[in-house]
Amino acid sequence: MRRFVLRRVAALGATLFFVSVLVFVVVRVLPGDPALIIMGTEGSPEAAARLRESMGLDRPIAVQYAEWIGRAIRGDLGLSIQYDVSVSTLILSRLAVSLPLTALAAIVMGGLAVPLGVFAATRQRRWGDYVAMTVSQLGVAIPAFWAGLLLILLFSVRLGWFRSGGFDGWGQGLVPALKSLALPAIALGLFQFAVLTRTTRSAVLEVLREDYVKTARAKGVPERGVLFRHTLRNAMIPIVTVAGIQVGQLMAGSIVLESVFYLPGLGRLALGAISARDLPVVQGVVLFVASSIVVINFAVDILYGILDPRIRYG
Amino acid sequence: MAEGGRGRSPGASPPGAPLVSRAEGAARRWRRLRRALQHVTFSIGLGITLLLVATAAVSVVYTPRDPLEMSITGRLQGPSPGYPLGTDQFGRDLLSRIMAGASTSILVGVIAVGIGMGVGVSLGMLSGYFGGWLDETFMRLMDAVQGFPAILSALLITAVFSPSLANSMVAIGVSFLPVFARLTRASFLGLRDREFVVAARALGAGDASLIRRHIFPNTLSPLIIQATISFPVAILAEAALSYLGLGTQPPHPSWGLMLREAQAFLGMNPWFAIFPGGAIALTVLGLNLLGDGLRDVLDPRQSP
Repeated sequence: MRRFVLRRVAALGATLFFVSVLVFVVVRVLPGDPALIIMGTEGSPEAAARLRESMGLDRPIAVQYAEWIGRAIRGDLGLSIQYDVSVSTLILSRLAVSLPLTALAAIVMGGLAVPLGVFAATRQRRWGDYVAMTVSQLGVAIPAFWAGLLLILLFSVRLGWFRSGGFDGWGQGLVPALKSLALPAIALGLFQFAVLTRTTRSAVLEVLREDYVKTARAKGVPERGVLFRHTLRNAMIPIVTVAGIQVGQLMAGSIVLESVFYLPGLGRLALGAISARDLPVVQGVVLFVASSIVVINFAVDILYGILDPRIRYG
Repeated sequence: MAEGGRGRSPGASPPGAPLVSRAEGAARRWRRLRRALQHVTFSIGLGITLLLVATAAVSVVYTPRDPLEMSITGRLQGPSPGYPLGTDQFGRDLLSRIMAGASTSILVGVIAVGIGMGVGVSLGMLSGYFGGWLDETFMRLMDAVQGFPAILSALLITAVFSPSLANSMVAIGVSFLPVFARLTRASFLGLRDREFVVAARALGAGDASLIRRHIFPNTLSPLIIQATISFPVAILAEAALSYLGLGTQPPHPSWGLMLREAQAFLGMNPWFAIFPGGAIALTVLGLNLLGDGLRDVLDPRQSP
């Protein structure tokens, strides 16, 4: 077990290194002169030169990278040009919206997918199964941001139950805050739940075919016990794996949903930074989200190894 | 498309088995096609996909009205005989714009999957065939790329360059690299030491010819299936990027961009937000059904 974890941690280190190199290459190397991007056409050559010097652009690429990543590891992602605040502070403050949104969407996703998948599996090739599979096919075909628009159309424009967007912060109380996040979380969760439903269905079907399930039935274990104690527990491994990967997708998806519902999260921070040519912010947000996704995938990998010893020794 | 079959898919015959005669091969292809068409999922998916392709093809030469023609008096109208799907905020015909949007979607889908497949398969081949540190490096790189869903790459690329259709295609294509690379690598690992490859090597075949003639043809079937899975994902990603303003730029018609414009007028003309989204959903549904059906038909063992 220790060797397995050590090997995975080494791999995680290498992967995060590549993540940072990719971000660095796109922002600092590909464009030729990042200072000109930030200044745009309005900047004077002198100002551009000053900016270049303050960003350390006059030194060799490898040195620039080493300095940049050294600071990033210590949590220093530079200063936002637009707000004149440190990028880390901005990211932390916006996480108060993005994280709960992702978490709520994950709850919507899991809460729908697992029961529906189990239901479909127990009614394989019967009506219930076909209905469940059709619902999940539709779920994956409807883009989350369109689902968001439709929810706004129904619940805020027509019925007036929810606001069409915006977020007043957690200071205004838990209920209004959750209410602002409800529609985007539902839209996001609905889109991602289809894949998980299918995974649950096939995982449960697989386990239902096992000999120990037959044995349990033959022993006279009631069907509910067979399903929950013997089947679902063993089917959890693939379900947890896929759900973990989906959480990364949810993080990316929340960027889009924040735009639909005007939520001040990480995604809108990055989009706003693009129009303001605030390169350090975009770079910081992308580095942060990409690293988070990689770390989540890594955690899933480790979890998989803990749950299923065959992976560890494979 | 895959029905033309190279006659060497692993599901059909063990690799290295003697090639079937021409007549036998044709008969087998025919049987497969018939079985495919009897498959309900496959047929519905094929139907919707053909409709999409036909719409895109027709839109190049004919749309009921000019998709870019504005009309100040006819803004934000609901469906009417003159404008079957209504008009947008500039009085442009939604039906014509949705038709033209189909070709944008197909274009992005084909190019993005092409980028992901081309680069991903090449990396996967080298990784699986040569193994060692090269494999380790490439796989860690792919783990890293996995951290960049299309939206993130697009944010980064757009911050540095300007938003454009081409940049969004690259961003979407990059997000497909890991899956194609891993798939190809896994196939290569499985095939690298099989008897027919070892035999060919013993007969003096070089690396390039081993890869090209003996190993690669046997990896095609899963790659084709993956391409059909990725295609609708690309269309969804293009819509999302255009919705955010990171993809197709106005006045060019794109379904995602239309939804971005429609959001401001939800209360005035809800149809403006309903039809383009419906077009995306129908397209993705059709392509997903086609992909599922194709997987059943090409490789029945894999089907749920």
